Amino acid sequence: MCGLINLKNKKSQAKLKYDIQSKPKNVNVKSSNLKQQNQKQTNNTKTHSKGKGTIYKLPIVCDVETLRTLIRKKAARVVDVRRIEDYKKGHIPTAVSLPLANLLSNDSPEHIVKLLETLGIYDEMPVVVYDDTFGALAARVAWTFQYVGHENTSLLEMTYTNWKNLGLEIENRINKFPETTHSLKLNHSIYADATYVESIQNNPDKVLVDSRERLNFLSEHIPSAKNIPYTMLGNDRHILRSVDELKRFVENRGITQDSEIITYCGSVGTLSGLAFYALKLAGIKNIKLYSKSFKDWKALGKPKIEFKDANYWDLSAE
Amino acid sequence: MKKNEELTKINHEQGSFVKPKENWGLEKETNNFANKVKLYRQGKLADDDFRRFRLQHGAYGSRLRPDYSMIRIKVPSGEITPEQLEKIATLSEAFSIGSAHVSTRQNIQLHWVQLEDVSEVMRGLVEVGLTTREACGNTVRNVMCSHFAGVCPNEVFDATPYSTAIAKFLLRNPMSQNLPRKFKINFGCCNKHGLVRIADIGLVPDLRDGKKGFRIYLGGGLGAASFIGHLLEDFTSEEQLLSTCMATIRLFDRLGNRDNMARNRMRYLVNEIGWEKFQKMVLKERAIVEMTVSEFTKNLYQVNFDDSYVPLKKSTKYNSLPIVETNISTTSNGYDRWLHTNVVPQKQENYFTIFITLGAGDITSSQLRSLALLIRKFSSESIARNTPQQNFAIRYIYNNDLPAVYKKLMAIGLANPGALTITSAVGCSGTTSCNLAITNSHRLAKEVQRTLLELGFDVDNDLRNSTIKISGCPNSCGQHEIATIGFFGGAARIENSMAPVYTMLFGGNGYEDEGKLGKAVMRVPAKRVIDVIKKIVELYKNEKSSSETLDMWIDRIINNNGNGNIKNMDDIKTLLTPVTQLPPFEEDQELYQDYGNDIKFVAKTARGECAA
Repeated sequence: MCGLINLKNKKSQAKLKYDIQSKPKNVNVKSSNLKQQNQKQTNNTKTHSKGKGTIYKLPIVCDVETLRTLIRKKAARVVDVRRIEDYKKGHIPTAVSLPLANLLSNDSPEHIVKLLETLGIYDEMPVVVYDDTFGALAARVAWTFQYVGHENTSLLEMTYTNWKNLGLEIENRINKFPETTHSLKLNHSIYADATYVESIQNNPDKVLVDSRERLNFLSEHIPSAKNIPYTMLGNDRHILRSVDELKRFVENRGITQDSEIITYCGSVGTLSGLAFYALKLAGIKNIKLYSKSFKDWKALGKPKIEFKDANYWDLSAE
Repeated sequence: MKKNEELTKINHEQGSFVKPKENWGLEKETNNFANKVKLYRQGKLADDDFRRFRLQHGAYGSRLRPDYSMIRIKVPSGEITPEQLEKIATLSEAFSIGSAHVSTRQNIQLHWVQLEDVSEVMRGLVEVGLTTREACGNTVRNVMCSHFAGVCPNEVFDATPYSTAIAKFLLRNPMSQNLPRKFKINFGCCNKHGLVRIADIGLVPDLRDGKKGFRIYLGGGLGAASFIGHLLEDFTSEEQLLSTCMATIRLFDRLGNRDNMARNRMRYLVNEIGWEKFQKMVLKERAIVEMTVSEFTKNLYQVNFDDSYVPLKKSTKYNSLPIVETNISTTSNGYDRWLHTNVVPQKQENYFTIFITLGAGDITSSQLRSLALLIRKFSSESIARNTPQQNFAIRYIYNNDLPAVYKKLMAIGLANPGALTITSAVGCSGTTSCNLAITNSHRLAKEVQRTLLELGFDVDNDLRNSTIKISGCPNSCGQHEIATIGFFGGAARIENSMAPVYTMLFGGNGYEDEGKLGKAVMRVPAKRVIDVIKKIVELYKNEKSSSETLDMWIDRIINNNGNGNIKNMDDIKTLLTPVTQLPPFEEDQELYQDYGNDIKFVAKTARGECAA
């Protein structure tokens, strides 16, 4: 049932303040591909390899139980991407702070690798990212880590508020870990820029997905884009819905599993970051994030589709 | 008093008495819809066939974008539970635009849903017992029931169980699947509420010698050509309710015009055949129905009375609220103003119905959730009713709870006053989502409401009984023909430029007695509508006789009975004309644009889908 069965601690299970049976089935699906891997100690120059017998391969989304086990085993780095003030008020045990704004202030690959090293993250180390913004900020950070080559990155299945509301343990000390070294292996296959997006226009096997809300999409969007608003992707308990639901949404839109998808949103790739992982969870293998998104597209003066024949904004009750 | 307090306490502690819920949904329809969308996208289903199917399942094409749908959620009898409101909130956030819209026929509509997601919305609705089935198309649409039914001081009995039973009998019934055109049934409570004269079948509860029954009106309806319904017979006993409805639908199905889409509502048939002949035909058909319909079929119609309901002592002093006697003005505190314009006493002593003032029926998802909590906590029946004025009515609020309810509503931005006054303007969706719309009636209704509240029209008892209703085209979704001052949208050339204009109508009402349609007065540019309303009120104030309300005065003008300076329609037209004038286009282009637009006005429409 759960990939971490060999690590389960009955005692701590009992302490859980919520009913594990009540979790939706997707939680189990998500954790089922958590694999134990023997760390290959080929590169002995890395300080991290000493005494780290077991490395866990994380799934796309990390469920609460898996994370708690990893924390107990000190076998993962937990990254809190909320504002530093929020982090100081309380966070998930052992979490380090990396506010999204800090990461975006200089997102050159070299700088990102430097950040990983500062946070004490070594190449294969399992990393679990969380936020309090329905997963969108966490997704953007996770994608960035994977882009510079840190594949073993996962999103916590819920937000910090959900975690806290479940009565799970929190702490407010500021965590620091010894600096590591981390290699830089850019994963070009998950990255897209404006030139790439332009090149896929009229290619039926490549689908451009706009993850902004419906009214923003109707107002203006990149030609040929399909709208999968981020609001569809999660529910009030989980940053992403069950695999079954996400698969159905994709299938309803006639998007096949072997399509290539490029996601984008308004400006920095947070909402589309979440869509990136939602589609990954839905089984799409080939997904890219146009991280600079529509803001970049417009700044470059590229063409866009506008729909001005209806006053849909006047339906808003705000 | 003490007994009621006790009861309220019990209700609140138990989460209140919950009425037996009807389950209108059917899960297999959601999968079926998803599959049909796929087939349609693959080109395996013809446009017309798919459109018919889509409408039958409550998904209406959006303005100039058939790839998006307006989903019409049926709310039979207008009764909606907190759980249903919460689900609608969640579905709107996920698949629509984060808000929901109360229609003039007690439906709730979600706009701009991608066609591919419609089945997902349906799936969610089924989970809470709701359906979109037969909400559009050539079917029996949502069966309405007065939001006062059960609490109205002037009703003889509660029509709700009958309304719900008829809705249940006709939903998915083969006899209502392929009618010549849509078919509407409205139940009233008394002779003032329920819009019984503008439906294909309108029914008002009545008692004869202690026996329950109805006054039934046939062949009414609003549209490009509107008619007021005719009384079938003095009294129709409750035993004949089903057979009368079946007979009427069968006649319409058999004789209705299936060729001319513009003239195929039953009201045209009645008009062509002539009422007296049609009346005889219905009575004959009813006799046939009664002789031939099987017991099995008859048993599909079950009127379920709510036995869990604890009858409350009937009030003897229901006609006034303590606050109504005092003078309310714009300087009164907010609570008093709200009490005066949004709260009415029920026939049940110490219980009140409160109204939630929405802007043209719009409510956000987060407001829906807060409202659901409020209903659970404060309404002893724990449901809300949608109103044809595009508001919510929340009933069985105990008098001691009113201040707390107001406070909660304040906190969620839903404590606007004026729900029961002229300020609560009705507006159909207009160019915000409808293919047929020429003007942005939706926004205009909200602008009218905002302005009139600012002017304090809600606290003016002279204006209280008057209504303003606005449609974005001559079809009457905004029910402009039963408004004291009604408007329907169009386009006109003014000073060599096209501009959005409204035709203004005077003196309509939807009452059972003396129900009548408004009379066209003149055309008013969209950006002058508010000025014209203000001017009408100003003229009325100068002209009125002592206790005459605005609607009474307007009636007098229509009938050429005015005294003073304004004697008839021509007089008022002359006085209003200067207000409707626009300066040349070059001087103020904005006046030639519609609300919500900063571009030149162009009348754009596409095929409507009112008929399948």
